[in-house]
Amino acid sequence: MPKIVIDQLSLFYGQNQVLTDVNLAVHEKEILGVIGPANAGKSSLLRAINRLYEIDYARISGKIRLDGKDIFDIPINDLRRRVGLIFATPVVLPGTILKNMSYGLKLHRKIKKQELNDTVADALQAANLWEEVKDRLHESASTLSGGQQQRLCIARTLAMNPEVIMMDEPCSGLDPISTAKIEATMLELKKTYTFILVTNNTKQAARTADRTAFFLGGELIEVDKTEKIFTKPADARTDDYIRGRFG
Amino acid sequence: MKDKIAEKLLLFIAFSAIGSLLLITFFIFQQGIPLIFKIGLGNFFSMHWSPTRGQFGILSMIIGSLMVTVGALIVGIPFGLACAIYLAEFSSKMVQKTLKPIIELLAGIPSVVYGFIGIVILVPFIRIHFGGPGFSVLASSIILGIMILPTIVSISYDSLIAVPNTYREGSYALGATKWQTVVKLLIPAARSGIVAGIILGMGRAIGETMAVIMIAGNALKIPHSMLDSVRTLTSTIALELGYATGDHRAALFACGAFLFIIIITLNIIAIRITGRRE
Amino acid sequence: MTFRIGPRTSQIIAHIILLLMTIVTVIVLFFIIGYVFKNGFAQLSLEFLTDRTREMGKEGGILPSIIGTLFITVLAIIIATPLGVGSAVYLVEYTRGGLLRKIISFGADCLAGVPSIIFGLFGFIFFVIQLKLGWSILSGSLTLAVMIIPTIIRTSEEAIKAVPQSYREISYSLGGGKLDTILKVVLPTSLPGILTGVILGIGRAIGETAAVIFTAGSSLGMPTSVFSSTRTLAVHFYILAREGISMPKAYGTATVLIIIILFVNLVAYRLMHRFMAKYY
Repeated sequence: MPKIVIDQLSLFYGQNQVLTDVNLAVHEKEILGVIGPANAGKSSLLRAINRLYEIDYARISGKIRLDGKDIFDIPINDLRRRVGLIFATPVVLPGTILKNMSYGLKLHRKIKKQELNDTVADALQAANLWEEVKDRLHESASTLSGGQQQRLCIARTLAMNPEVIMMDEPCSGLDPISTAKIEATMLELKKTYTFILVTNNTKQAARTADRTAFFLGGELIEVDKTEKIFTKPADARTDDYIRGRFG
Repeated sequence: MKDKIAEKLLLFIAFSAIGSLLLITFFIFQQGIPLIFKIGLGNFFSMHWSPTRGQFGILSMIIGSLMVTVGALIVGIPFGLACAIYLAEFSSKMVQKTLKPIIELLAGIPSVVYGFIGIVILVPFIRIHFGGPGFSVLASSIILGIMILPTIVSISYDSLIAVPNTYREGSYALGATKWQTVVKLLIPAARSGIVAGIILGMGRAIGETMAVIMIAGNALKIPHSMLDSVRTLTSTIALELGYATGDHRAALFACGAFLFIIIITLNIIAIRITGRRE
Repeated sequence: MTFRIGPRTSQIIAHIILLLMTIVTVIVLFFIIGYVFKNGFAQLSLEFLTDRTREMGKEGGILPSIIGTLFITVLAIIIATPLGVGSAVYLVEYTRGGLLRKIISFGADCLAGVPSIIFGLFGFIFFVIQLKLGWSILSGSLTLAVMIIPTIIRTSEEAIKAVPQSYREISYSLGGGKLDTILKVVLPTSLPGILTGVILGIGRAIGETAAVIFTAGSSLGMPTSVFSSTRTLAVHFYILAREGISMPKAYGTATVLIIIILFVNLVAYRLMHRFMAKYY
């Protein structure tokens, strides 16, 4: 059974429809790349899956299932904990690195100090950040570099022990070295987690994704093995987009 | 669940301001309005205020309030606008950054202090150089004019600054001088903010109590010159509330109700003009 | 023959006039404070600040008024802060446009413009007489609380609006509820701005006269409970000056009052400045 099944999903901001009848499945422990030009509805797709669209007062129709269960039947805070979201620009909360890491953990239950420290250390290690910050956990998170902040955001999500990690153009503001580090982290974590990677950078999808979905104007044009999408896509528009980028 | 309770609680709290406003309106009117009906509108808006004889005409106080308010505006508007224009258009960033907070800081000085300065400096000065008792329309106008300065400066300045720079550049490009730009372009563009500032200043002047009591003289007659003593609606309330009972007290609340209506009207106009929210 | 002033000349004249008027304004405002300080500093002494008031204020110090002012202000802030901040949170986090928002904002805006004598009348009839609280610290602080709620609402609203939306999104995406997000992310981040509003409220409460004199009374005794009548510094100063009881003591009291208020406003200004530098 796929991890996430999206069935006839449409999403509206007021009168403005940004997703139209999307049908898509996300498999367990894969990296699903999502590509497409601006306003294709890529970010909206992510915000629909963890119901973050609700804070923008948007509406959806259609069904989304996580492990076969309708997301509206899962308590919203559990859903968002199980499906983590990494934003395009790393947003660290005001306060120390440790405070950023423990914010989500402390929300859900009382947690012992030792357990908290262990979880934080594990998550930072998994995000390949531990060596760089282990001696400065009590420094302000805003003193980290952009790339480090983004890895902190990933670690912060990992600490919640999610099942799915959605990334919304996670490397758009980063230099190539930081980008490479994050991609390496992702490929390592794939053993444990399911990824949805929205990216503007088709090369990034080609490098990391197992399957790739191409969106255009709020519609899913096609989804297939990454290799196939990049070599012989079924739809001419996919070909145009990819060639436009490569050529 | 927790979220639902919090939302309900916050909704309840959010009504504290409008709720207080309604409560104030209710009590002031409930205390004051019956008396107006009892003595009749004609008597209420007559010249004769003599609580011991059951006469509660507030016309002389209305005129008094009006005179000191107009006086305050005559003093406050030119200086307030001049400051706002100078700060917004003619001064350096340094000067702006220093003077604006200082002027706003001065808005925090208690009104009794202004009244006191009136007593110790302005009143004797007027008595010696212009004659009369010194406690006068003139003294009140000047002190109130100074008191409303920060309000006028602050709001006018903000609305001048809010005029987009492209306007200024366009005007200079046509060869206009700074002053021409200010008069022909910026003041009209910032008009609504400036008017709102003046209206709020006006509300402050009409509603001011303690400073006016200290320097107006408070004689119960219509002043014939700027040097005559004057009594306002607010001073009557403050001077007599301490000992008033029965109809007399009700009459003071009726004064308050009248004042309240004027102030709320001015506020609504100012809110409408600026459309600050939404 | 008509005499015409050219645009250059009128520009220069206007500049000079505006500059002069600005200087006059600033000088007048500074003069007021300077004059009080010049005559008041000589009155300040440890004895003046720590002695009971004797002979209606002709002799002795101002300790009862300092304590009364402190009690009334603290109590007023304790009452007004949750109401003001709560209203602001509701406005920003729970409403978007709509009639409800308009009504709540309108209430705050109008209440802000109500003159203090009206608050005095209201506090007198409602708290002192109807609720039978008498002339007391409690009546005074309830009245002041109503008066400063709009100040706190407006400043807190601006501060909460300035919290980046991305902070809220982070909190939600980590599984935080709305209340978690408000309590753990929005309020801590906007705290300096909210404090600015609270401090401005404190300043207004300390300097207020008309609303307090009819609700807290003007008793010179040392307050013992929230039901004691008290005479705040501003009221004491007003009575000393208006009734001509003692000009030296009046200057002294005014100096203390102005120093406190300038200090309070300065702290508020510094906080606001730091907050603005961070988020705008």
